[in-house]
Amino acid sequence: MGKQTQVQHLEVRFERSGEGAFVLTLAGEWTRAAMRANDEWQALFQRIPNSVGAAGGLGFDCRALNRWDMRLVAALAGMLKSCNDLGCELDLSGLPEGIRGLFDLAAAVPEAEGRGSEGGRDGWMENLGHHAIAVVQGFWNYNAFLGELILELLATMRGKTSMRARDFWLAIQNAGPMAVPITSLLAFLTGLIIAYIGVLQLHKLAADIFVADLVGLVMTRELAAVMTGVIMAGRTGAAYAAQIGSMRVNDEIDALKSFGISPVRFLVVPKVLALVLMMPLLVALANVVSIFAGMLVAVGISDVTLPQYHFQIVNAVGMNDVLVGLFKSLVFGFIIALAGCYRGLRCGRDAAAVGQATTSAVVTAITWIVIVDAIFAVSLNILGI
Amino acid sequence: MTTAAKESDNRVIKVRDLEMRYGSYLVMSELNFDVIRGEIKVIMGGSGCGKSTLLRHLIGMEFPARGSIEMLGQMVSADESVLTDLRHRFGVLYQGGALWSSMTLTENVALPMETFTRMGRKEIAEVVAFKLALVGLSGFGDRYPAELSGGMRKRAGLARAIALDPEILFVDEPSAGLDPLSARRLDELILALRDSMKTTVVIVTHELDSIFTIADTALFLDAESKTAIADANPNELRDGKADAPERVRTFLRRGAASQSLAKSGVSKL
Repeated sequence: MGKQTQVQHLEVRFERSGEGAFVLTLAGEWTRAAMRANDEWQALFQRIPNSVGAAGGLGFDCRALNRWDMRLVAALAGMLKSCNDLGCELDLSGLPEGIRGLFDLAAAVPEAEGRGSEGGRDGWMENLGHHAIAVVQGFWNYNAFLGELILELLATMRGKTSMRARDFWLAIQNAGPMAVPITSLLAFLTGLIIAYIGVLQLHKLAADIFVADLVGLVMTRELAAVMTGVIMAGRTGAAYAAQIGSMRVNDEIDALKSFGISPVRFLVVPKVLALVLMMPLLVALANVVSIFAGMLVAVGISDVTLPQYHFQIVNAVGMNDVLVGLFKSLVFGFIIALAGCYRGLRCGRDAAAVGQATTSAVVTAITWIVIVDAIFAVSLNILGI
Repeated sequence: MTTAAKESDNRVIKVRDLEMRYGSYLVMSELNFDVIRGEIKVIMGGSGCGKSTLLRHLIGMEFPARGSIEMLGQMVSADESVLTDLRHRFGVLYQGGALWSSMTLTENVALPMETFTRMGRKEIAEVVAFKLALVGLSGFGDRYPAELSGGMRKRAGLARAIALDPEILFVDEPSAGLDPLSARRLDELILALRDSMKTTVVIVTHELDSIFTIADTALFLDAESKTAIADANPNELRDGKADAPERVRTFLRRGAASQSLAKSGVSKL
């Protein structure tokens, strides 16, 4: 044949020999690339089992087969399996020894049946049942965790604690001072945006001065706490879940337990305490920064003067409003730390599970922040605070 | 039984009719064996047969579906007060060392002592330094686990596992992921600890080298029959001196056979 420039060349013939047995002749190069370049064989392989039929025999002629790789073996295996199912008589002696060896290897261990994931092929009823059980189980797990946490928190408040001071200070640093720049930036921009919209609208009514009421009330009562909560959920809650989750992957949580050290006391309590203590401080900061941003806008683009803005803020924003915001932030801090730590502790044992735990911690925290905020809004309205 | 009788009993762990399950999936059943004080017991068997699950049952991370585990005269069950007491009397060396990654080696070894003993700061520092020296890590106390090699992490894990001077030491796959030299070093360390401290050691492994080096007795878990099919000295099991099904001998010999093959292959070259 000589050297061909087009190496990727395969030949296939399927014909009936004298006594009625079929012979499949494979020649040339049967590699992955060649088989993709010239895929007539696919249709042929498809119809071979039926052409051979239940009673027919199938043999092979591979004398002119130069090169082959696993693609051919896989294609043959698929075809032979259908032939087998039909009950054809197969004569594999014409196949290269290497291919037969691979078939033997693949057939050495029978296909696994019913091992591994149960319920993979369950009906929808069973799936629904499993999900329902999982939901109930999850609820109890969560309650158990919350109960243990509350007991440990009470023990800590009575001074009975094995929480290490250093862990607590580290958590404080992380949840407090290190979150100041991002919190201030976002509070500043939020204040700016609200003031802008306010000034533009209020100007139509010649009521520019009320921008102070708008910024002051919206931020102190609602947005400072919610915005800070969202930031901290993404920043600190996610970090808690990832840290505790990877400790679980690494057996570190088991190591704590096997020493009789409660992971809740050792890992969760300092984090929860730190975040609950730091959130109000961050929100107080956000209040100040956003009111300052509002002042820049009010004084800058409308004709409100600095003393007027100051006077209006002091008049409009009462202690009540500030306290409502700060109290909410306490609750949000608890929610965020709880979601982060809980998801971390229930994390699976591989890298993907840590990602899921982190995502789920953030989503859970933000969802609950909004829900609780809505509950606050309604109940505070009813109470008239 | 009186407390005195319990204490004088030589068997520190008694497993009776133990059945282990994950949900509805049966892992092992009808397990019966004892661990004698001061011996090194290896739990061996093929991958995925339930060795690590058995270990998790022994250290009270999972609980029996049926049957019982008695350790140091107390039943291992979900009873927290019993478990806590037991947990201070045994140590566990996890597969990857499982050191607490946010703490230095010194802090890792010191934490159990700080938490559960009345030792002062200076005393603890002294004991920690000695235990790190025991495992060949003196001078590494200020390092974090991430800064160490796999072998060093395991040795540090060992130092932590013996922090409270346990009566029983559980070891999960000591040689997994280690080069032969480091693995042997860890084996020798465990042997030396047993010899000088009379610690009872329970090791989960499938590494034949370490089974023959350190095991006094070996419990063979069989995935097919889902129970233990041999419990004797590994050398005797291999040489047919102890009674065991052929499977056990094959498992123990295959390593030996392939070793001699490798040798003859080298000599032919």
